Amino acid sequence: MTVQELPGAGASHRSTPPPAWSPRTDAAPLLPDPEPYRVLGTEAADRLDPELMRRCYAELVRGRRYNAQATALTKQGRLAVYPSTVGQEACEIAAALVLEEQDWLFPSYRDTLAAVARGLDPVQALTLLRGDWHTGYDPREHRIAPLSTPLATQLPHAVGLAHAARLRGDDVVALAMVGDGGTSEGDFHEALNFAAVWQAPVVFLVQNNGFAISVPLAKQTAAPTLAHKAVGYGMPGRLVDGNDIAAMHEVLTEAVRRARAGGGPTLIEAVTYRMEAHTNADDATRYRGDAEVEAWKAHDPVDLLERELTARGIIDETAIQAVRDDAETMAAALREGMNADPVVDPMDLFAHVYAEQTDRLREQAAMLRAELEAEDQA
Amino acid sequence: MAQALTRAMRDAMAEDPTVHVMGEDVGTLGGVFRITDGLAKEFGEERCTDTPLAEAGILGAAVGMAMYGLRPVVEMQFDAFAYPAFEQLISHVAKMRNRTRGAMPLPITIRVPYGGGIGGVEHHCDSSEAYYVATPGLHVVTPATVEDAYGLLRASIASDDPVVFLEPKRLYWSKADWRPEAPAAVPGIGKALVRRAGTSATLITYGPSLPVCLEAAEAAREEGWDLEVVDLRSLVPFDEQTVVESVRRTGRAVVVHEAGGFGGPGAEIAARVTERCFHHLEAPVLRVTGFDIPYPPPMLEKHHLPGVDRILDTVARLQWEN
Repeated sequence: MTVQELPGAGASHRSTPPPAWSPRTDAAPLLPDPEPYRVLGTEAADRLDPELMRRCYAELVRGRRYNAQATALTKQGRLAVYPSTVGQEACEIAAALVLEEQDWLFPSYRDTLAAVARGLDPVQALTLLRGDWHTGYDPREHRIAPLSTPLATQLPHAVGLAHAARLRGDDVVALAMVGDGGTSEGDFHEALNFAAVWQAPVVFLVQNNGFAISVPLAKQTAAPTLAHKAVGYGMPGRLVDGNDIAAMHEVLTEAVRRARAGGGPTLIEAVTYRMEAHTNADDATRYRGDAEVEAWKAHDPVDLLERELTARGIIDETAIQAVRDDAETMAAALREGMNADPVVDPMDLFAHVYAEQTDRLREQAAMLRAELEAEDQA
Repeated sequence: MAQALTRAMRDAMAEDPTVHVMGEDVGTLGGVFRITDGLAKEFGEERCTDTPLAEAGILGAAVGMAMYGLRPVVEMQFDAFAYPAFEQLISHVAKMRNRTRGAMPLPITIRVPYGGGIGGVEHHCDSSEAYYVATPGLHVVTPATVEDAYGLLRASIASDDPVVFLEPKRLYWSKADWRPEAPAAVPGIGKALVRRAGTSATLITYGPSLPVCLEAAEAAREEGWDLEVVDLRSLVPFDEQTVVESVRRTGRAVVVHEAGGFGGPGAEIAARVTERCFHHLEAPVLRVTGFDIPYPPPMLEKHHLPGVDRILDTVARLQWEN
């Protein structure tokens, strides 16, 4: 029965629907599952690829060791600051492993481990954090964007790069990482919107580690989950257990595959926990209790995989020891690399501001050079 | 001038397939000022793209596109609409070359229609150049003539560094004897020009204030002043040589711009001129600028904008007596 057929319709105050209103999609397929997706410890683990899982395990152990070494280096004054990813290694490593060589990784300041797992030398990965002024690597060579310290601002870069690659007909996917706090920034929302409108081959990985420095998620968002935010932009949102590397790998692989196939972006929320403080300069005891941290210890990403793989006979004590030895070798190399004093040339301050130095910078460079020469003679 | 700007983008796009124009309304509509008119039709929506309405997103996406080897030309529609993009501009666009030791330059041109005098309502008439010139890593240029609109925009798009290209809105409709079929050679960025030779004082200006200064210079002849007018064309790099040579010849200088005086580009220029020309100066370097107020409503903007009378009054003060 239409409005016109209703009794007394002629006098109805109801107007016809506005023209050109056509809801675009059913939101339901975009909605995340109510619980974070898990593989380890569930029946889904029956289909694990042993070779891949051995690789994941080795990377997880290396990642844990890398975290410990980097934290130790801050205490020795060799690293100015280090935002630890202890407890989040599964997210970092899965992000690196799902990418093809031609793909791009867009890390935040916390994601040096992802860059290392992608193959970047750990000393190079830590260049900015040791207090040098440059990235320490050529982003194009490694297809790893410079670490982004401003929150979420690297996400539109990922969208633009992926969009450009697609315009050129190149098979490139961009994976951009951000924390739970970063999802409140305007750049996060603008990036998601652009990516969805352009159907850019991008995967957004939110590591929800519980805190934006000290502010808990409940004070960050009123959304049911961060993955729900995808729906408003018209992309699927996926909720995944960020400590379960098998689940992370599977969900990320699916999102990358979808992007590569022209299916557009995906937003993934990895639910995890930052076991250590925000950085070595932070005091986490001011905003959270030991009980909470202890509860998460029982869900440690390295232990989860180690238990599963041991129970299934995919790794044994010998294999575990070999992996640990390999991690020690990496840590020793990192220590050695960081203990060597970096070579810094003050004149570099002026070298890369513009392609062609301005008169003004030439003058200032001359002033500094004269000061340095005077110091040398003194 | 509008047509010269359009032609500059069109020629750049035709010559170089990596040049992409993007922004709000730049496609089908051809921009609110029609500066991108016809580009989407000629080069397709992939080369001249209507983006979602989000300036940080527009510039941020342009960063990623430039990282992949494209040359984005971004339109910010109005001066005050560019502010949401400042974090991208300052934290990434201006610094990417530096923080990657030259490995990742960002050849992005950011077109910002700026300044007043068109009867625009609030947030549509800011002179925001001081923010840009205070940010190392950016080039900041602004044309004042039709010929420069073409040449400087071509040079900006060709630059391997990011360029904030400030378009004086009220000069969009200025006409000149410019033959688009044979545009002048690209002058490059960073060269000022003496637009009018003179002997008694130098007016240093740029963008929308150039025609006002030229008019003032003509009017000053009746007062016995023969004014030289220098058009900076580029605020960064700043062509100190041309300015200093002019002021040393004339011995007196007035800097004229629409932006507020406190912390405005004129403060820097006056300081530089004083340092370099101290013994040549017959009077302190004076400034004629907009007031240090939020841009006024259309009904009052004529009181705010530096006009011929205010310039002449200031020139008269150059008869310095202790």
